[in-house]
Amino acid sequence: MRRAFLICIPYFWLIALFFIPFLIVVKIALSDSMLSIPPYAPKLDISAGWAGLKAFFAALDFENFTFLAEDDLYWKAYLSSVKIAAISTLLTLLVGFPIAYGMAQSAPEWRPTLMMLVILPFWTSFLIRVYAWIGILSNEGFLNQFLMWLGIISDPLIILNTNTAVYIGIVYTYLPFMILPIYASLEKLDSSLLEAGQDLGCSRVSAFWLITIPLSKAGIIAGCFLVFIPALGEFVIPSLLGGSKTLMIGKVLWEEFFSNRDWPVASAVAVILLLLLIIPIILFQRNEQKNREAEQ
Amino acid sequence: MRRLSWFNVTSLTLGFAFLYIPMIILVIYSFNESKLVTVWSGFSAKWYGELFQNEAFMRAAWVTIKVAFFSSTFATVLGTMAAYVIVRGGRFYGRTLFSGFIYAPLVMPEVITGLSLLLLFISIGLDRGVLTIVLAHTTFSMCYVSVVVSSRLASFDRALEEAALDLGCTPFDAFRLVTLPIIAPAVIAGWLLAFTLSLDDLVIASFTAGPSATTLPIKIFSSVRLGVSPEINALSTLMIAIVTFGVLSTSIYSKRAIARQQKEEQEAEQ
Repeated sequence: MRRAFLICIPYFWLIALFFIPFLIVVKIALSDSMLSIPPYAPKLDISAGWAGLKAFFAALDFENFTFLAEDDLYWKAYLSSVKIAAISTLLTLLVGFPIAYGMAQSAPEWRPTLMMLVILPFWTSFLIRVYAWIGILSNEGFLNQFLMWLGIISDPLIILNTNTAVYIGIVYTYLPFMILPIYASLEKLDSSLLEAGQDLGCSRVSAFWLITIPLSKAGIIAGCFLVFIPALGEFVIPSLLGGSKTLMIGKVLWEEFFSNRDWPVASAVAVILLLLLIIPIILFQRNEQKNREAEQ
Repeated sequence: MRRLSWFNVTSLTLGFAFLYIPMIILVIYSFNESKLVTVWSGFSAKWYGELFQNEAFMRAAWVTIKVAFFSSTFATVLGTMAAYVIVRGGRFYGRTLFSGFIYAPLVMPEVITGLSLLLLFISIGLDRGVLTIVLAHTTFSMCYVSVVVSSRLASFDRALEEAALDLGCTPFDAFRLVTLPIIAPAVIAGWLLAFTLSLDDLVIASFTAGPSATTLPIKIFSSVRLGVSPEINALSTLMIAIVTFGVLSTSIYSKRAIARQQKEEQEAEQ
């Protein structure tokens, strides 16, 4: 009895505030946009009974999805989100791996401090960390001032409000998510394997490629998913650092909802974004499962 | 003793410089006298004064703290229950679905969570305000809490609980007297995580907040869209200072707690 009670509370909470809201999104994605409050139709009228229910389902259709498929703005937004997320994941890996490697190579008594230094920015406000880059990347910002002072460039580089700024923003804010899993797998790496490799005639570089990389593969894959999945639906970074030409699906959804007030189209965008995410999420889960099995 | 090669030293130095320089610039320039945020004209703390006189910011800060406090507390209770159910619940009808519900919000894009909750609140006719933000934040942060707590519960020696039950504890007493003190560090960490997630959230709060309740991130976002301002720099500095202080003091505290626990365990073994 008590156990059932314990199970029920969080279960019903999540059904009521996570699952049902999602069903409502699907339902509204199939509805039509209307000039009313709330701005969609049909609305479920339970008092009309069975006939009302039938009429309700009859009025739902895939019109919004056909609209999304026909308007190439949405296609471009989906493709460009995938592209931006993929490129920034790769860049985060290139920046994060050497840091994780350096941490794993450092003296054991230093590691907790280094770990702390990686985690600290993660606790700091995401919005503030993105905001910090506006002042750095703008035309008269610190980066341009610095480069002009060095004499490398004579005219300011235009970085803010371009995709480059979005890449920098994503790499910066998601770097801890890449470093931590890679560090965790590198730390477990047995250094005698590398010595054995070198004794058997491997150069240090090829020992790195043949031993270190394959053995830290699980961490690399986990880190990549932890960056790619949230980057795909990112809204704050493209809207603060990106320009009007930066198309990302999270931003499109936001604008459909808040600026165009087209709730059915915004919901349809949400449904497709989720479908887009299912594949990487399943792959990520499989990777995690495999690691857990490998550890046992 | 391993020596760091020059490659590792360079990559660590550059890496940490990349992570910290933007925030350091922000902190330094919050003490800049000039209104132009990229030109240094002298030391001054006047932007802090203006910040505290800005009533809209102060009101938003108060709403944010209230929301964060209540949502993280509810999330900790619900998340601990959920963790207990997942680790200890055994088999029950709909278990797979339940653990799916726990992990799904972690990977769900915030725009979707926000949109779906807003549509729910509208369809049941709930007015948007502090209550709706608290409900929304509780829902997504309880999942984080349950992940943190369940990893601690999974590594916990069940025999201790069984011993308490054998010695005549009721299940609730066994939880309160044995389980809870042992998982307490994870519960506190979960609460802190939920609190910071709530303080930080812009997207979900924007969807679920009404005109009567604006949170600090919403306020910051709308003013940042117009460009960099010294007041926001001052506000950011304060937030960075609070977080740094919080994280450092909890980590020192938990390090001491672990050391004490290890010492007690060693003494118990002797």
